[in-house]
Amino acid sequence: MTESLALLTIFVLAAFVGVEVISKVSATLHTPLMSGANAIHGVILVGAIIVTGQAESVPVVIVGLLAVVLATVNMVGGFVVTDRMLEMFRGPGGRKKELHK
Amino acid sequence: VIGTWAQIGYLVAAVCFILALKALSSPKTARTGNALGAAGAVLAVIITFVAYKPDNLVPILIALLIGTVGGVVGSRRVQMTHMPQLVALFNGVGGGAAALVALMELDHVQDGQTVAAIATAFTILVGAISFSGSIVTFAKLQELMTTRPITFPGLPVLFVAGLLGGVAVSVWLVSEPRVLVGVLLCLLGLAVGVMLVLPVGGADVPIVISLLNAFTGLTVAAGGYVLGNTLLLVAGTLVGAAGTLLTKLMADAMGRSVFNILFGAVRGGSTLGGGTASDRPVISGSAEDVAILLGYAQRVIIVPGYGLAVAQAQHTLRDLVEELQGRGVKVDYAIHPVAGRMPGHMNVLLAEAQVPYEQLREMDEINGDFKQADVVLVVGANDVVNPAARTTPSAPIYGMPILNADEAQRVIFLKRSMRPGFAGIENELLYDPRTTLLFGDARESLAKLLASVKTV
Repeated sequence: MTESLALLTIFVLAAFVGVEVISKVSATLHTPLMSGANAIHGVILVGAIIVTGQAESVPVVIVGLLAVVLATVNMVGGFVVTDRMLEMFRGPGGRKKELHK
Repeated sequence: VIGTWAQIGYLVAAVCFILALKALSSPKTARTGNALGAAGAVLAVIITFVAYKPDNLVPILIALLIGTVGGVVGSRRVQMTHMPQLVALFNGVGGGAAALVALMELDHVQDGQTVAAIATAFTILVGAISFSGSIVTFAKLQELMTTRPITFPGLPVLFVAGLLGGVAVSVWLVSEPRVLVGVLLCLLGLAVGVMLVLPVGGADVPIVISLLNAFTGLTVAAGGYVLGNTLLLVAGTLVGAAGTLLTKLMADAMGRSVFNILFGAVRGGSTLGGGTASDRPVISGSAEDVAILLGYAQRVIIVPGYGLAVAQAQHTLRDLVEELQGRGVKVDYAIHPVAGRMPGHMNVLLAEAQVPYEQLREMDEINGDFKQADVVLVVGANDVVNPAARTTPSAPIYGMPILNADEAQRVIFLKRSMRPGFAGIENELLYDPRTTLLFGDARESLAKLLASVKTV
């Protein structure tokens, strides 16, 4: 039971952290922030690798591999598309660089 | 059962995620924050391979490669106007992956592990809801189906029945953790997800993406509990909590409650709107007329909307603004929080056209300036300047904060047609005697304006 309690404690504390870290975000960044958070939950890939690595029968392995593909798309695609959005928030001078190319 | 070093490595990855979310909240640090999040994710995957020494290593690596190529190609190729649906799609596959992981883990849940069994059931049900809901969201934004709310008699009953069924099957699964029961739960979840999103109107869909994003976060957290993996637990909970708050912030920016967005259409069609154009007289002008108004103004405020993005006219607009600034006109862009299809979407689109960040002014910051503006130029926007949000309690957008374009001396609308906006309601401002309409495709109209301004 102590392990369950430890996990529950982590859950509650992480929930507070999650609310606290983004409480002062400006509307400008709502979309990139949502997209970045979306990429972070792609870390379910870790879970997909663990269960596929323990799978013994072929059908289970196939389902596991499907989960790995989906989770990777979520994680990799999520971070790349967020970077593409943020790449465009250039400060002054960013435009000059573009023109020199 | 993994080594202490792996646990500490996971802790480092979790800290990366926290710092990433923190950094993503400020424009200066956002890009670094995203890179930090990606670094944490890569670290977590490497640790997993080393610590768990998974069997089926080669197939897993191949699957990883396929997913990486798919993700990179998809996110590199997408046009920025189509970005919201891509985020929805990524969220959906994440939820699907979580549901599959939980389904496979069912075999390992032993009798007496009630909490683990509950967490497994939760992951399967909510993961499936997130998956199918996101797919419907994707279809709506991609306009593969109508963007109008879809309801039919009996939908609320079916929805509630689906939810209750989901709870009942979850209880069954907890008492009897069998894969077949899990599959049944998964199917129910898929049906509930579809019914959840069908009645939501196109304009509200971004809020739903954010909500489903939070759902997926929670499923990942529950999955972490099942696997006894603290990283999944922390990362999932972070996203679940941050996503829930973000959903509320977005809904507040639209002056709506999340409940109303989800169930408004079911309860009485408040988001349905008319969708028909009226034939009341309006004043329409030529590009030359409008160019004179703009060229001889001292202060101009631009209100960009989704129509601008659809016409891919951001670059032409920037050229027009630079021309006006060259003539000594003070020009700002007034960005409504929900301009575009997602909160913050318009900033991304204008930044893509290399509009300097400091010219983009947020609603609260610029709303006081409209009184001093000679001309407000509304490009492809409608609902965000509709005074009905202040004056007509029966309007679906009533209470939504709007840009005070109606306080300016003159208002110019660049519009394709008299068709109402996304919310499907009439805009009184269009019929105001101070308003001039310039009909046509936004890009063509702006190009004509640019040419005319150069000659006046």
